Amino acid sequence: MSILVDEKSRVIVQGITGRDGAFHASQMIAYGTKVVGGVTPGKGGQKTDGGVPIFDTMADAVAETGADTSVIYVPAAFATDAICEAADAGIKLVVCITEGVPVLDMVRVLPYLRERGARLVGPNCPGVISPGKCKVGIMPGQIHMRGPVGVVSRSGTLTYEIDYHLTKNGFGQSTCLGIGGDPIVGTNILDALELFAKDEETECVVLIGEIGGSDEEEAAAMIAKGYPKKVAAFIAGQTAPPGKRMGHAGAIVSGGSGTAAEKIAAFKAVGVDVAAIPGEIVDLVARLLPSKGAPKRKSKGAPKRASKSAARPAAKGKKGTR
Amino acid sequence: MKIHEADARALFTKFGLPVPPSRLVLNPEDARKAAEEIGCPVVVKAQVLVGGRGKAGGVKLASTPEEAAAKAKAILGMDLKGIRVEKVLVARAVDIAKEFYVGMVIDRRSRKPLMMVSPAGGIDIEEVARTAPEKILKVVVDPAWGILPFQMRRMTASLSGDKETAKKIGPILAALYRAFMAVDASLAEINPLVVTPAGEVWAIDAKINIDDSSLYRQKEVAALRDESSEDRGEVEAREAGLSFVKLDGSIGCVVNGAGLAMATMDMIKHFGGQPANFLDIGGSSSPDKVLTAMRIILRDTNVKSILINIFGGITRCDDVATGLLEAKKQLGGDVPLVVRLIGTNEDRAREILRGTALIAAATMEEGVTKAIAAAKR
Repeated sequence: MSILVDEKSRVIVQGITGRDGAFHASQMIAYGTKVVGGVTPGKGGQKTDGGVPIFDTMADAVAETGADTSVIYVPAAFATDAICEAADAGIKLVVCITEGVPVLDMVRVLPYLRERGARLVGPNCPGVISPGKCKVGIMPGQIHMRGPVGVVSRSGTLTYEIDYHLTKNGFGQSTCLGIGGDPIVGTNILDALELFAKDEETECVVLIGEIGGSDEEEAAAMIAKGYPKKVAAFIAGQTAPPGKRMGHAGAIVSGGSGTAAEKIAAFKAVGVDVAAIPGEIVDLVARLLPSKGAPKRKSKGAPKRASKSAARPAAKGKKGTR
Repeated sequence: MKIHEADARALFTKFGLPVPPSRLVLNPEDARKAAEEIGCPVVVKAQVLVGGRGKAGGVKLASTPEEAAAKAKAILGMDLKGIRVEKVLVARAVDIAKEFYVGMVIDRRSRKPLMMVSPAGGIDIEEVARTAPEKILKVVVDPAWGILPFQMRRMTASLSGDKETAKKIGPILAALYRAFMAVDASLAEINPLVVTPAGEVWAIDAKINIDDSSLYRQKEVAALRDESSEDRGEVEAREAGLSFVKLDGSIGCVVNGAGLAMATMDMIKHFGGQPANFLDIGGSSSPDKVLTAMRIILRDTNVKSILINIFGGITRCDDVATGLLEAKKQLGGDVPLVVRLIGTNEDRAREILRGTALIAAATMEEGVTKAIAAAKR
């Protein structure tokens, strides 16, 4: 099934004529995402080089295209407005890639979106990909492959690192969700776990956390109460010094709490294995999904640039019971 | 972003909080003059962006202007937790009958502003949170409303049963909330908020941290940044659009992505090395940024090798490799560089690096172990 995005998602790119928007829009289209329009105020009526219609406003875009999803590549000073405009226009899933959105803006945006029945992913995130179906964000498509592992992560390239290992070892992903590195995000780890719990295609969840906040601890508490899927985790930042922001606005150990050690302990205490290094996630997943995973394949180097056919699930080998 | 107590006090004053008069001075003579103007007794406080100034001897009472000058002389030039004291605040001292803690943060769990008050003021609030959390009342404030009257009653009652005092505290909490929201604070604290024997209420300390992401729209506050208390590398990195935190190990790292950068540091430790820094060059793999990053790292003479760990995704690794070779030429020096590039054309990248001064690695583990080995040579 996958969560949040699939082959039916109709996507508007907000900021489509900017450098990042234009580049990633074409990457998304190449992956097979249905990009049905873009918005850049003032450029309505034009088309991108790839033939995507551009609109002045989200309201126009949604009216014309019936879009239900949007992805935002807009500078921080304008991102909050873009999020609200999308929700107001009826978009149900807003994915905000932008880093640097003020925290107080996020405090105000979340109720605004909730009132309009819209979900925000991000900000400061790589986006969401359901391999083989739809990519809404900046992650490299070719390291992903469809399969039974749901991935939720606060990180960007660390997620790619782990997804790469999973794919290489035959553990495809149902959906990889980057929730972002900010202290307040639209969809947090608990939300992601709830979504994966209801997804038939997801058999196991890989959770990639880091220092700061208490999302991971709350996730552990949720899992302890009974969670229908297997979970494995990796937590970044064991060597982070207290009180310092480690790149991500939300990656900070403050007042002695939010340490990687505490998060790791919280997971182990509820029976969730935690990898010591990113590559070890594959071993943990192999234990959780003993009938899955392909034998080592002969492919050399990085997988070819994704086309729809390349993104079909790899041969699953022994199936056992699904 | 941190700001000095003097600046936080000025902001609080602007929002109507009762802050005792003070002057910021740079030398003992000006301290003496300030004490005369303000009226003794005064307190002389080091202005450095670290906690625990009092315990470290950076806060002293003075009962005469001459004594103020003497205390200023003693404190100026002191090394407080690694930072040299360049300025002191001379503030009117008040008699303390009671000390409260009042603070505000953005609570990540409720995703709302959170006000915290405690009758256990004047001591480390984290200590109180650890040993007597029941003494801290936490109130989630809805930004659509501000502090509602019933919340105000709860908070003032938890601090003082005295009606007169409660009447004075209410407006202070309201003003703290307004100030916090107006300057995009991530933290605003008054510790202690003091009640004098005569029943006056004063904020005799002030701390405000500003949300880094809001600085583009907080120009006045952004101008209060004091870089002299920051590590030079961290300042330079920020200006170059990088994130850098200095540690004290010998293996430098340059990584694209904060989570991956933290995981790289962790892996270095895991394999027996000590990371020298955290450095995130952001979503790019541009050789210019890597060059700047390496320059910053190499100022640290503890660094014996550097690992460059780049997850390129669709970025062409052979281009990155070529760029890195160029950067190494410009940089000179003989600190070994280990490069792990993964993504499009990574095999070609490794070919390009073969036989050069750069050591290529195929996996993160290989990169880390090679960097640790290279540091030992």
